[in-house]
Amino acid sequence: MSTSDDLRIKTTAPKPAFRLSMLLYDQRYRSITIQVFFLFMLMLGAAWLIDNTVNNLRALGRDFSFAFLNAPAGYDINQRPIEYNSQMTHGRAALVGFLNTMILAVLACMLATVLGVIAGVLRLSNNWIVGRLMTVYIEVFRNIPTLLWILIFGAIMTEAMPAPSAFRGDDPAASMLFNDAVAVTNRGVYVPSIMFLRDLGDLRLGPVAPSLNWLLVFLVLIVGVYANKRLIEHATAVQNATGVRPKTWWKSILILLGPVVVIFIALGAYLEYPELRGFNFAGGTHLRNSLIAMWLGLGIYTGAFVAENVRAGILAISKGQTEAAFALGMQPGKTMRLVILPQALRVIIPPLISQYLNITKNTSLGLAVGYMDLRSTLGGITINQTGRELEGMLLMMLIYLAISLTISGAMNVYNSRVKLKER
Amino acid sequence: MSDTHAQTVAYVRDSMLPEKPPPIAEKGAIKWLRENLFSGWLNTALTVLSLLAVWYALMAIGPWLLNTVWNVQSLRECREVLDGASGACFAVIKDRWHQLLFGFYPPQHYWRPVLTLVLMFVALAPVLFSQVPRKMLGFSALYPFIAYHLLWGGSIWLPVSVILGFVLGYVAYRLLARFAPLIAIAGAILVPVIWWIMFAAGFTSAMTSVAPIGLDFIRSDRFGGFLISLVIGVSGISLSLPIGVLLALGRQSDMVFVKSVCVMVIEFIRGVPLITLLFTASLLLNYFLPPGTAFDLILRVIIMVTLFASAYMAEVIRGGLAALPKGQYEAADALGLDYWKAQRLIIMPQALKISIPGIVNTFIGLFKDTTLVVFIGLLDPIGLSNAIRADTDWNGIYWELFIFIGALFFIFCFGMSRYSMYLERKLKTDHK
Repeated sequence: MSTSDDLRIKTTAPKPAFRLSMLLYDQRYRSITIQVFFLFMLMLGAAWLIDNTVNNLRALGRDFSFAFLNAPAGYDINQRPIEYNSQMTHGRAALVGFLNTMILAVLACMLATVLGVIAGVLRLSNNWIVGRLMTVYIEVFRNIPTLLWILIFGAIMTEAMPAPSAFRGDDPAASMLFNDAVAVTNRGVYVPSIMFLRDLGDLRLGPVAPSLNWLLVFLVLIVGVYANKRLIEHATAVQNATGVRPKTWWKSILILLGPVVVIFIALGAYLEYPELRGFNFAGGTHLRNSLIAMWLGLGIYTGAFVAENVRAGILAISKGQTEAAFALGMQPGKTMRLVILPQALRVIIPPLISQYLNITKNTSLGLAVGYMDLRSTLGGITINQTGRELEGMLLMMLIYLAISLTISGAMNVYNSRVKLKER
Repeated sequence: MSDTHAQTVAYVRDSMLPEKPPPIAEKGAIKWLRENLFSGWLNTALTVLSLLAVWYALMAIGPWLLNTVWNVQSLRECREVLDGASGACFAVIKDRWHQLLFGFYPPQHYWRPVLTLVLMFVALAPVLFSQVPRKMLGFSALYPFIAYHLLWGGSIWLPVSVILGFVLGYVAYRLLARFAPLIAIAGAILVPVIWWIMFAAGFTSAMTSVAPIGLDFIRSDRFGGFLISLVIGVSGISLSLPIGVLLALGRQSDMVFVKSVCVMVIEFIRGVPLITLLFTASLLLNYFLPPGTAFDLILRVIIMVTLFASAYMAEVIRGGLAALPKGQYEAADALGLDYWKAQRLIIMPQALKISIPGIVNTFIGLFKDTTLVVFIGLLDPIGLSNAIRADTDWNGIYWELFIFIGALFFIFCFGMSRYSMYLERKLKTDHK
């Protein structure tokens, strides 16, 4: 009856006409419809917000400008990593605040990492009492707000430490630590500072002027670290070729420390000790109570979280790895250092990145103890003085965002380098 | 040869000797001590160091904590009672506990927040424990309105009119469902919105004038202390979970545009400190809203805290979604489930189960972060501790207040983390 020709004609796919309902019920078009609708609503919302802002600003007779950054700030900042006085601009004050934020973040990250690794490893210790102590530390710090810890450390520094006058007299109530080098007082901690007899001057770099002496030391250190890396590579090459690893530790020490010591001697470096003069200590470096309270508060608090990450990382390594290492005759310490930790690091690093980010963001609590960070300068006094809430907050948020994205970007690069290379 | 071996054994013992006690060093406390505290020189050193640390801490804090004063009116009297000895002056807690807990809430109305808290546990019970009858979920749904009315008070018709909106939406959905599902959904959204915008205010004022029922209205600025932490924390927690789920789904979505918007929102919120968002709530929100809009500071803070927590929640849930085997998605497709059904019945329950520890961690973090509202002038426990110190009676008192506040937060956060462990164990289905 029917030929193959008929069949072929009948089986050509029908081309349905496009109907409006297909926008919603056809898989092919639905996602586009939803996205267009979503985009439309979003733009409507954004337009509404911007329109409100423009209207509100006009009603207040205000403009939107960042010119206030060039106006004189007129306020003092108690911790100045770079030159600053109250006649300088709001922009300069914001830069000082930013540097203070970064100083605090770096210090607190280091403390948290050290404490966290120690506490995390010790919590898994066979020693019953050490394990319990670490559990208490971790639980107590994790379950009480950071702000409270910062205030507690602030109160310890200002209330429980001796006043400078307690150091005076023949039989003083308080004495300096470490052979008269460090003074812990209720006005802050005074530590010796490194000074140079011969000053090479400053490098003029627009807004900042770093000391050439320190730049030189820094440069020599970097060269030393690079040379040390080459040395270790060479040792590995020799080991691969001959099977015997040459001793490198004394060469490493020489390469890392030798040039720096030479530079220090050449520049005439000496330690300036803090001394009690008049009503207060003078000389040395003054670490303010606010910095110490923030540093200890953030560092010890976040250390408890890092400890939990470290513990989780170690527990994630299968027991067979430990047993294999023991079967090879490795000591427990060596097993931890050579077998467990390198593998655990892969698990530990991603959460560690977010802890570093948390520290950086939590530095904004500095206001509680009077630490002059970015939030207290640009986001606090500058906004209060100029009334530029919108611009100031926007700028501050963007700076914090840039810091966060930079840290997470850099750490992700590192993370991808140590990641398990699978086939 | 082979059949002689039975006789080659000269002697076989046919009675057992009684068991001997293990050597003294291998049993009881001594064995435990040897294994757990003194198994090597390093362990011994650690034990001695820890004992020294514990001893030192006890010596430093013990006498102070044991010698407490409860019945005085000021720090000066307290010092007179102590007479130079070291001792804690917990009289400040006895004097000001009501402020630390309730802020400046009128004392004759303290029963309201307390009742709210008790009812909160009743409302939470069916959500948290599966043994509780399912019917109580109805009460849980009603609880937010009850809590609002108990805490703030005012006319009872305001929450009733809001509830009526939801009821009308449901009725519209049921009526329109006969025609088309899409129309029904549109109706279920539009009818309540029209009700709330056009008629709710009129209904409330009319009913209030007819039947003025309700509790005394209490302004938000009377709220303070732990009450404010709980209100902000609990609302933020309960609102951030659904928004976080939506954001996580958006980030996992195939739709490029939806995905990129979700990524930007999440990364922006996670990249800035909570404090800047709180300052936005207190300083900038009136720029973004139509002129003349002014709404409650607590409400603004709740919105910002919710947004903040949602971004973190989204990342946690995304982790759960990513950890789910691909086969689960394929199985849902194979069953012919549509997107929302697959998410609701197969994907989300498992993803949420995987992310329980992260979710609870976010909750705990959010609850602790409620203390940051002190920076925008709300009187949370820490803000009140400053206020108490500003009083000449208690000027200079620190540790007792810190201990009290710290203990309150510790109890709540520790409780939450223990509950999460219980939940994890209960939902565990693998046999590892």
